[in-house]
Amino acid sequence: MGSYELSLVTLAAIYVMLALSLNLITGFCGQISLGHAAFFGAGAYAAALLTKSGWPLAPALVSGAVLAAAFGFVVGLASLRVRHDFLAITTMGVGFLFIGFVRKQQGLGGELGLSGIPDHGLGPWGLAALTVTLAAATAALSLHIRRVWAGQAFAAIADDEDTARALGIDVMRYKLTAFVLGTALAGLAGGLFAHFTRFIIPDAFGFTVSISILAMVIIGGIGSTWGVLAGAVILTLMPELFRFINDYKLLLYGGLLLLVMRFAPGGLAGGIAALTARLRGAT
Amino acid sequence: MTALLEVEGVGVRFGGIQALDDVSFALAEGELLGLIGPNGAGKTTMLRAITGVIRPNPGRIRLAGADITDFSTDRRARTGLALTHQIVKPLRAMTARDNVALAAGHAKTTNVLAALFAIDRTKELARADELLRLVGIENHADAMPSTLPLGALKRLEVARALALDPKVLLLDEPLAGLNHVEAARLADTIVDLNRAGMSIVLIEHNLGEVMRICPRLMVLDNGRRIAMGAAKTVMEDPFVRAAYLGREAGDAAA
Repeated sequence: MGSYELSLVTLAAIYVMLALSLNLITGFCGQISLGHAAFFGAGAYAAALLTKSGWPLAPALVSGAVLAAAFGFVVGLASLRVRHDFLAITTMGVGFLFIGFVRKQQGLGGELGLSGIPDHGLGPWGLAALTVTLAAATAALSLHIRRVWAGQAFAAIADDEDTARALGIDVMRYKLTAFVLGTALAGLAGGLFAHFTRFIIPDAFGFTVSISILAMVIIGGIGSTWGVLAGAVILTLMPELFRFINDYKLLLYGGLLLLVMRFAPGGLAGGIAALTARLRGAT
Repeated sequence: MTALLEVEGVGVRFGGIQALDDVSFALAEGELLGLIGPNGAGKTTMLRAITGVIRPNPGRIRLAGADITDFSTDRRARTGLALTHQIVKPLRAMTARDNVALAAGHAKTTNVLAALFAIDRTKELARADELLRLVGIENHADAMPSTLPLGALKRLEVARALALDPKVLLLDEPLAGLNHVEAARLADTIVDLNRAGMSIVLIEHNLGEVMRICPRLMVLDNGRRIAMGAAKTVMEDPFVRAAYLGREAGDAAA
């Protein structure tokens, strides 16, 4: 595997983490978020500043995740009173606020971003192995959450908040937990991304990135860990493998989103499940 | 008999409308109380005030001696108040059994951190099967709610409410929308539950069934309590007749 292929693997693993982390919030707990890239960015900037100031990689990555989670907790707390489309607008606003804030901070490099992020020292193979391992761990965590009682409670909240409450489920705490877990993982992915590219600018965490992450979740199959994983890999690699797509990446994502929402609301995962059910029925 | 659920001087106002005005009542342990009244009388508002969806002002609500007026809906559910909805609200993404098991696992979902590690559902699934059998829909256990007829969904609501191991069961028009036979059968199930010791408040429009199964009735009209007492006495009350049949009919009867 050449260094180009390795960088593709690393990038895909980072997007898998991001998409799965949004899936915890939007897929499992039913809380739509159009500002997920802000938490990705918070983790990226925090980890980059820390390694630039001499911290080793591991504690910097963890601190990035913790900071993103703290940010996620505050946004989650502020979002508790809004639902559905109002929540979508609120989280979108958070995304824009984040970019607007970062652009004006000299300490964060302003419009020019942060460059000269130190070498992670792992080598391309090491970084790829680390990101793939963390992406696999995120997938394992997602599958675990689906199996435990908290997963059932999340599913109930995603289905109908009021009913969940009537069944004794503390909706507020569960929502906050989903926000904290999801944004922590997005922050971790951000730290990895910052040390992968070693140069970050505010636009790398803008609205189109939030929408791209959401597109991976929806096209993969909202709520399905395997579907979202596949969606993230396919949508990350497609523009890279077919260079001509790259210029029309957002057009492609948007088009796919529309097609999925119109013809297969369950995404890839839902489509495959329906297909296997039909094949089984036929035999 | 000791009062299990006490509602004291509850008032609820929606803008210019006094939906409930100084309503008090007590439910004794093991009692089956019917709460009736014409459309818009405030029955569902009363129920929503009890479950905490809306906050009474003024008024206090006590459950087994504890003041729960300031509790959130989910905390009230965990304290022992279970509700079935007038319009059935099954969780559509899970089977009937999983719906009931989730409620049966209320002790395991209380603490979010613990719930992130607890996997075992054996006991709760067994309890769900037991409750589905109790309300007579055990053969629908694996069905998704969207495939079930209304009669079964109404029973699913009851099973799910019972799974919370409530002290008080609040039933909001469980018979509405059911045909004559189904309604009578579900009413019999409610009586069986009560005989087994469950304390129940039943809101119902089906006066025939209410009169048949509830020994005691409370009547609301325009947000006020207009009668309370033994079912037969209450239904002979001229005020109650007037509220139900219109003023003139009431006058004629009186």
